[in-house]
Amino acid sequence: MARATTASRKLGLTLLAWTIGIVIFFPILWTALTSFKTEAEAIASPPSFIAFQWTLENYAEVQSRSDYALHFMNSVIISLGSTLVGLLIAVPAAWSMAFVPSRRTKDVLMWMLSTKMLPPVGVLIPIYLLFRDTGLLDSRTGLVIVLTLINLPIIVWMLFTYFREIPGEILEAARMDGAGLKAEILYVLLPMAVPGIASTLLLNVILAWNEAFWTLSLSASQSAPLTAFIASYSSPEGLFYAKLSAASTMAVAPILVLGWFSQKQLVRGLTFGAVK
Amino acid sequence: MGEIVLKQITKSFGDVSVIPPLDLTIADGEFVVFVGPSGCGKSTLLRLIAGLEDVSSGTISIDGKDATRLPPAGRGLAMVFQSYALYPHMTVRNNIAFPLKMARLDKAAIDRKVEAAAAVLNLTGYLDRRPGQLSGGQRQRVAIGRAIVREPTAFLFDEPLSNLDAALRVNMRLEISELHRSLATTMIYVTHDQVEAMTMADKIVVLNAGRIEQVGSPIELYSRPCNRFVAGFIGSPRMNFIEGGEAAAEGAHAIGIRPEHLALSTESGRWSGTVSVSEHLGSDTFVYVQSPEVGTLVARAGGEVPVRHGDRVWLTPQAGKLHRFDPQGRAMSREKVLS
Amino acid sequence: MATAHSRAAARLTMAPAVVLLLGWMLIPLAMTLYFSFLRYNLLMPGSEEWIGTLNYEYFLTDPAFFAALGNTLALVGGVLALTLCGGILLALLLDQPFWGRGIVRLLVIAPFFVMPTVSALVWKNMLMNPVNGLFASLARALGLQPIDFLGEVPLSSIVMIVTWQWLPFATLILLTALQSLDRERLEAAEMDGAGALDRFIHIILPHLARAITVVTLIQTIFLLSVFAEILVTTNGGPGTATTNITYLVYALSLLQFDVGGGSAGGIVAVVLANIVAVFLMRMIGRNLDL
Repeated sequence: MARATTASRKLGLTLLAWTIGIVIFFPILWTALTSFKTEAEAIASPPSFIAFQWTLENYAEVQSRSDYALHFMNSVIISLGSTLVGLLIAVPAAWSMAFVPSRRTKDVLMWMLSTKMLPPVGVLIPIYLLFRDTGLLDSRTGLVIVLTLINLPIIVWMLFTYFREIPGEILEAARMDGAGLKAEILYVLLPMAVPGIASTLLLNVILAWNEAFWTLSLSASQSAPLTAFIASYSSPEGLFYAKLSAASTMAVAPILVLGWFSQKQLVRGLTFGAVK
Repeated sequence: MGEIVLKQITKSFGDVSVIPPLDLTIADGEFVVFVGPSGCGKSTLLRLIAGLEDVSSGTISIDGKDATRLPPAGRGLAMVFQSYALYPHMTVRNNIAFPLKMARLDKAAIDRKVEAAAAVLNLTGYLDRRPGQLSGGQRQRVAIGRAIVREPTAFLFDEPLSNLDAALRVNMRLEISELHRSLATTMIYVTHDQVEAMTMADKIVVLNAGRIEQVGSPIELYSRPCNRFVAGFIGSPRMNFIEGGEAAAEGAHAIGIRPEHLALSTESGRWSGTVSVSEHLGSDTFVYVQSPEVGTLVARAGGEVPVRHGDRVWLTPQAGKLHRFDPQGRAMSREKVLS
Repeated sequence: MATAHSRAAARLTMAPAVVLLLGWMLIPLAMTLYFSFLRYNLLMPGSEEWIGTLNYEYFLTDPAFFAALGNTLALVGGVLALTLCGGILLALLLDQPFWGRGIVRLLVIAPFFVMPTVSALVWKNMLMNPVNGLFASLARALGLQPIDFLGEVPLSSIVMIVTWQWLPFATLILLTALQSLDRERLEAAEMDGAGALDRFIHIILPHLARAITVVTLIQTIFLLSVFAEILVTTNGGPGTATTNITYLVYALSLLQFDVGGGSAGGIVAVVLANIVAVFLMRMIGRNLDL
């Protein structure tokens, strides 16, 4: 094949791919742009893309009107908290599955996954009532508990697949060297599994940050993370596009960046190793 | 000090019996090699001694104390793994220091011991590198260093040289033998390579399907194998076995003769045949002979022997070197010398 | 590779995860099952009584249930069809050599990381709004009558929003699978005279079969529970036009406080999800060699 055809083909593909990429990305881009407009410009028709008066006032107003920082912190605490608690519970479990497998290991793993497939509405009412009676409704603790439990199967599963790649002989060497279980996990397994643990953490922070069924059902004002806070814009008063955009941009930007870093792990984490 | 006694130990995984009841005593300071084909249970046996696996029944005593139920760390043994099993995230220094840290030694003592071990093993210049930056031989030495700093009652080696290239393997073999001489600590060494077994061991334990076939010094195993399996396993090229009429003439079910005990002649001898292949190694010549009377025989002739494919030759067993086996493969009393 | 010591340690280290998940799954599920046989409304405390399968009879004969079931199926089916077709095409495109592949890849997967409430609100207000939305501006610029998406074609609009969110997932997984295809097989087929379409049908598609199944099953699990997108755009309306099973149960439970009826609906949802889950678990289990 002549080189010229290849180059022109590549140029065509480049144009096509970039066009599609930008169309798919457009709602996000548009939101980010709108967040820097005034409310009047935000609904201007025809809309302007770059040539408008750039302003940061929406960001200031979102905070002053509704204490955006509180909800942002709620999101951080809930997503990071549930992931860290989940890791704490999952590391020992994944250690045993990866390094002391028994005949039941596979069944336990599959069973854990099956809990992930339980539709949340199946347990909504009991959880709601239990939380109401124990004062966990609209509390960050309550949301951390729920999100820990719904993401625990994914955390265990991901750690298991990463731990399995570590040769068991090294852990046996540690055992021969006099390391107890705690030392074996802390000094040998965890340092070797840092990349796997990091991507598990990343993916689960993303999933917890964006979780919207439980956060919407169980939080009101105090503990509401960004998912629930943003939902309050569904019944707005007055002009609100630019403010909605500012609030949305801040809610999405950090996790989008994390997501871009974890795109490889995403496939592994969400397909439970069924696609490599 | 480092005497290890195994009494009636067995191991089975589920319904599969890997080690039938087995007794073995390893004397203090001995260099014992477990050798056998892959899957013979030699590594399992080592892991039972190490405590990385539980025995299904029987007892293990180390240094006079019952160690059957002790965890690996409580047995005072050190192990060098086939893959070296170095901690990839630690420097060489920390790798070697790890067992001492686990034993809660103070920092000064740890440093002293690590430096000493590094000096013995020529690792002084590499202490701050990570295992990934070392060559295979250096990694091997770090693994040994990690074992010796603990001053264990016995060393366990699980095929430690199988990942090294041929030249390095010879070197490390010498170094480990040297180490054994200077430490005089019990060593148990697992390998499938009978050359390693022959060159290093005080005592060889030949295993097959979990059973001990024979225990003895290298020369004992070579000159008086107690059955056909050992006879065939020890020695390279392997022993020639002949069944049928020729064996019956010796009063046995089968007879065996090592290649180096066959005299090669181009004029006359006991068995005649034609050369199919001759391998010229310089120091030796291996001659593969097709004999109509006894099948294919290998003869080992010292130096350079000018025979080629198709040549007609005669082979004669050296007097007193024939091994005789009964139908069960057991060795029979040494031959009466016939003509 | 185990001793009695390590097996004991394994049981101990596994216990917290197992106990917690068991508690999380069994206790609430048992409670839901129990509630589903009660007359139990939070607005009328003290009136709880055992009414057998009456809640199920009401729930399963309620026209809203059939509407919700139909909507659920349409939502799941529509999104699946669109994300799979789009995902395959996009994966094929992203697998080609062109300038800036890494960046385009990032652009394409971005929607997956947008929280559901944000994407629903952005689409509802800034894109689909019949007066101020971008689509309306675009229609006017072309001299067309703007459409009130969520008013006139509410379910299709939600399908579109959800498709935008899940297209990246399908694309990413199909692309990963595509990249594991042995190039030499394609070249061999080309040498054998197979055209581009033949190669796609006889080599690429069979290679992707497994990934397609996985995408289908996983998305189905998640799509059965689509909730936030409906809550913030249409509240299930107009009427029951966009109410799916999940939203119906939510509305029964937390808006009408009918615990009994909501529980019965929850159990029905569990049964429906299990039908899909069984297939998914088999897939994953077959791939898990222990």
